[in-house]
Formats: sequence, C-alpha cells, structure tokens
Amino acid sequence: MFRRVLTRATFGVALVFAVVTATFILINLAPGDPVRLWVAPGAGDAELAVARRALGLDRALPIRYAAWLANFARGDWGVSLAQQRPVARIILDALPHTILLSGASLVLTYLGGTLVGAFQAARRRTTWDTTVTVTSLIVYGMPAYWLAVMLVLTFTYAAARYGWPGWLQFPALGVASLDADFLSPWGRAVDRLRHLALPMVTLAAIGVAGTARFVRGAVLEVRGLEYVRAARARGLAHAVIEGRYILRNALLPIITLLGLSLPALFSGTVFVEFIFSWPGMGREIVSAVASRDYPVVMATTAIFATLVVTGNLLADLLYAVADPRLRREER
Amino acid sequence: MTTLRALLRDRWAAGAVAVLVMLALVAALAPWIAPTDPYVQHDILRTRFLPPFTAGPDGVFHLLGTDHFGRDLLTRLMHGTRISMTVGFLSVAVSVVMGCAVGVTAAMAGGVAERALMALTDAMLAMPRLVLLLALVALFEPSLFLVVMVIGFTGWMSIARLARAEVKGLLAQPYVDAARATGAPPGRLLFRHVLPNALTPVIVAAALAVGNAITLESGLAFLGLGVPPPAPSWGNMIAGGRDALVNAPWIAVLPGIAIVVAVVASNVFGDGVRDALDPTTR
Repeated sequence: MFRRVLTRATFGVALVFAVVTATFILINLAPGDPVRLWVAPGAGDAELAVARRALGLDRALPIRYAAWLANFARGDWGVSLAQQRPVARIILDALPHTILLSGASLVLTYLGGTLVGAFQAARRRTTWDTTVTVTSLIVYGMPAYWLAVMLVLTFTYAAARYGWPGWLQFPALGVASLDADFLSPWGRAVDRLRHLALPMVTLAAIGVAGTARFVRGAVLEVRGLEYVRAARARGLAHAVIEGRYILRNALLPIITLLGLSLPALFSGTVFVEFIFSWPGMGREIVSAVASRDYPVVMATTAIFATLVVTGNLLADLLYAVADPRLRREER
Repeated sequence: MTTLRALLRDRWAAGAVAVLVMLALVAALAPWIAPTDPYVQHDILRTRFLPPFTAGPDGVFHLLGTDHFGRDLLTRLMHGTRISMTVGFLSVAVSVVMGCAVGVTAAMAGGVAERALMALTDAMLAMPRLVLLLALVALFEPSLFLVVMVIGFTGWMSIARLARAEVKGLLAQPYVDAARATGAPPGRLLFRHVLPNALTPVIVAAALAVGNAITLESGLAFLGLGVPPPAPSWGNMIAGGRDALVNAPWIAVLPGIAIVVAVVASNVFGDGVRDALDPTTR
C-alpha cells in the first residue's frame, strides 16, 4: 500500500513539473510583449529596452526558466505584471473562494448524482425513469456559462421583476452583499450562502446529470450479476441487497470518476466565476491570460495542475479503501 | 451495414441522426436559406431588441426577433451553425488522427517509447483543458483555424489511451499471430488486421467528443476568444445577449437552446453508436 502511494506521488510531482515546464515554454513562445504593460503607451524602444532588462526579460529562455523554477520552488512566485501585487498574495486571496465553490458543488454533485441514479435504477423503465433520463440528458448538454446566465435571468432578474418571495431571489454578483459588514454574524452567514447558491447550483446541476447517468448504468449492471441473485435466493432483506450488495459495488467506479472529473470541474469554475464575479482562481486566470500576466498565469496553472494531480491521487487511495480486494493484494 | 441498421432501429439514435443531418444542412445552406443577411443593420434605434414574432418598422418579419444591433436572430443562428458544426467535427477529426497516431505507435513500439508516450498522454490529461485552451487562444490571433486546432490538440488523450489498449489487446489475438506467421509485413498487419477492429471504441469516443467540442468552442467565443465578431457564433451571441438580459432575454436564451440541441443530439448519437456496435446489447 505504502509503496503504491509513493510511486503514484512521485509520478504526480513529475506530472506537475511537466505541466509547468510546458506552460512556461508555451507562454514565452507566443507572440505579444508583456513589457508593454509596464511602460506608458507612447514609450519608445529605449524605454522598452530598459524595462525589459529591469524585468529580466532580456535573458535567454533557459536561464529565465531556471531562475523562475528556483524562485518558484522557494515560494517566491514573483510580482503580477498587471496588478503589481505579489503573485502569492493573489493566489492566497483567490484560492479559498475556488475551494469553497468547487468543494460545495463536488459534494452536491456526488450526493445528488448517487441519489438520482439509484432512484432511476430502482424505478427502471417507468415514466419517472424516462423523465429523469431526458432531463439529465438536456442538463448535461448545457454549457455551464449558459446555465449560469439562465439562472441569473430567472432567480435574479425575473424574481425581482415579478416580485417572487425573498427566499426565491438570489444575488448574481460576488461573494457577499455590500452591507455585509453591518449584518449580524448569522445574517452574514446567510448572506454568504445566498451568494454561493447560484454558482454552486450551476456547477452541481451539470455534475448531478452526468453522475446520475453513470450511477444508473452501474447499479443496473451490478444488479444483474450472479452473486446478487444468490443473495436474493438466500432470502436476504431487500434493503441489505440494495445497499450493501448492489450500491456499494456499483459506487466503486464512481470514485475513479471523481478523480477524472476534477479537470472538468475546474474548467466549469472558470466560466462560473467569470459570470458571477466570484473572486477565485478561475477569474484570476481569465484576466491574467487576457492581460498576458505571465507570473500569474504560471502560478495559477501550477496550482490547478497540483489540485488535479492530488485529486487523482486521493481518488486512487479512496479506491483502495473502498475495495478490500486492492488492500489485500498489497500485503 | 448491420450496424447502421441497428443504429437506425434505435428510435433515439435515429432522431439524433435526423437532428444532426438537419443541422449539417442548415450549416451548408445557411447563406441561401437564411431569411436575411447576418450582418445587415437597418435603422438601428428602431430595429434593435425586437421580440420574436414581430415585424420591424420597415416591414421585415423577424421570426426570432433581433439583437442589440437590429440584426435578425434566426439568420445569425443559422450562420452560427456553420461555425459550431465545423469546429465540432473538424477538431474531433484532429483529435482522432493524433490520438490514434500516439496510441497505435505506443502499442506497436512497446518498451521505453510506449511508456514515454503514455506518460505524455497522462501529463496532458492532468492539465486543466480550459486553462490550456485559454492560454493558447489568447496568446495567438483568434481564428477559426486556431480554434479547431487548439480544441483538437487538447482532446486527443482519451482516444490515444483507448487506441493503445485496443491495439495491444488485438496484437495478442491468435488471428494476428496467424497473419504474422503467413508473413504479412507490419504495415499490412496494422492496417488490415488490427486497426479496423480497434476502431469501434474510438468511433464511440469520437462521437461523444463532438458535443464536448461544440460546447468548448461556444465557451471560448463567449469569453471573446473564439472566432472574432461580427461573424456570428452561438457563443458570442450569448455573450452579446448577456448585456441585454433584462430587456431582451431571447438574445441570450435562443443560441443556448441551439447549443443544447446540437450537444444532446451528438451525445445521443454517440450512445446509439456504442449500443449498435456492441453485440451484447443488440
């Protein structure tokens, strides 16, 4: 078990390293001059050259790469070209927001997806099953950004215009209201949750639709297996068969799905954060790419890659915990 | 032939094929069947934000209304179909060619080359695709060609893994050994005996990837990184409609419905192909 984790972790570190290197090369090969961000619009060649030397951008690519890597490993992630703030500060400000948003929607996705999928499998080939199947097909086909805009249209604009009850109206921008500081602690918590609602539901709805499709298929497949019929023949209680015999085994592949779905989830947060002005990593990355803010692009890519690799590693470990066969093999 | 028949006997898959064929026809014939010109703006203050089913002051009827520049939405949706369909199918073609090249090479070569190629594949899989797309598209000049290439080059990994696994499995089959024993050269072995049989899961993966590619293209366009305006694409139409969400919600709603229809049709088609190719479900 320990050796397995160690091998995977080593591979993970190598992967992050490879991703970061590839990003560095890609960014520096692309056309466009980041020095222009630092100088006044009318600056001439002389000013550009001075700024370039001061920023260290006149050195050869391999040297810049080595210097960047050494600094990055030491925790010095440089200063943002566009925001003139330390990159580490930007990341530290943004990361908690993204972790809250993606964590909450991940939990909702898998809880909801398992429930809906198991429900469909239990009501197989009924009107319920068909209705849910069609609905999830449609929701799964929606682009996250469009669903986000539609939710804003419904629960922010339409809700306000047609005077829907307060609990059906949700704010569409940011993480808290402007007057949040004047609210009671309880009121502030409610305010935060209300701001989280629409972005979280956007990501979770698409996630639930995808997971439910998968769970339904997995449950139906396991239900047809011999050992389930054997358990039925032995007269085990319905709940025991459904829960411990079928659902538990059907959920095994879901754990792998969890690891594989992380990149898609982070892609989703990029759009959702952009639309809801959610001050997380996704919004940072969009604005950094748009303004050619190299240090920020590098750092955010590295963080995203690390999160994805860690997620896959965790999914791998979870799999070993959930499947006793894997544990025994290693002994 | 039996596969095609099985596919069309599946009611859902047949419906999906019909929708896809219709979208392809609209894409191909857009300039001739669209009601007006996608770029024409009349008296902008009087023709903009017309709701669906109304006629403008100049008597031109707008079935789906007009956008913030008074341009006919139905016309622009039809022209947007061209971009979505082109990107959807071409970028997946790029992915399939690349994925098969990497996967088959790895399986045939074995050893260090195989491990290196698969490590590269895993590294690309671990990269958040959208971040890579954003970086590539934003750093170069946006164009249709770039969008196709970039979506294609970031989507080949799962196909490479499938192709490698399939080819490796087939190489161990007795019938391949038999072909080798009769003295078939490696090229013939590969193209005649292995590849045709390895393509099934690749075709399924490709069909399912089309919907994903359409969504990605529209997403890039939404962020202003796709095919540059004024060329109409479903994504940049939604972005334009977002600014007028309160007064003219149909501008953002309609292109989204078009995307959902195209993506759902591709996904259902992919599922149908899988079922039709899988003898156990027939």
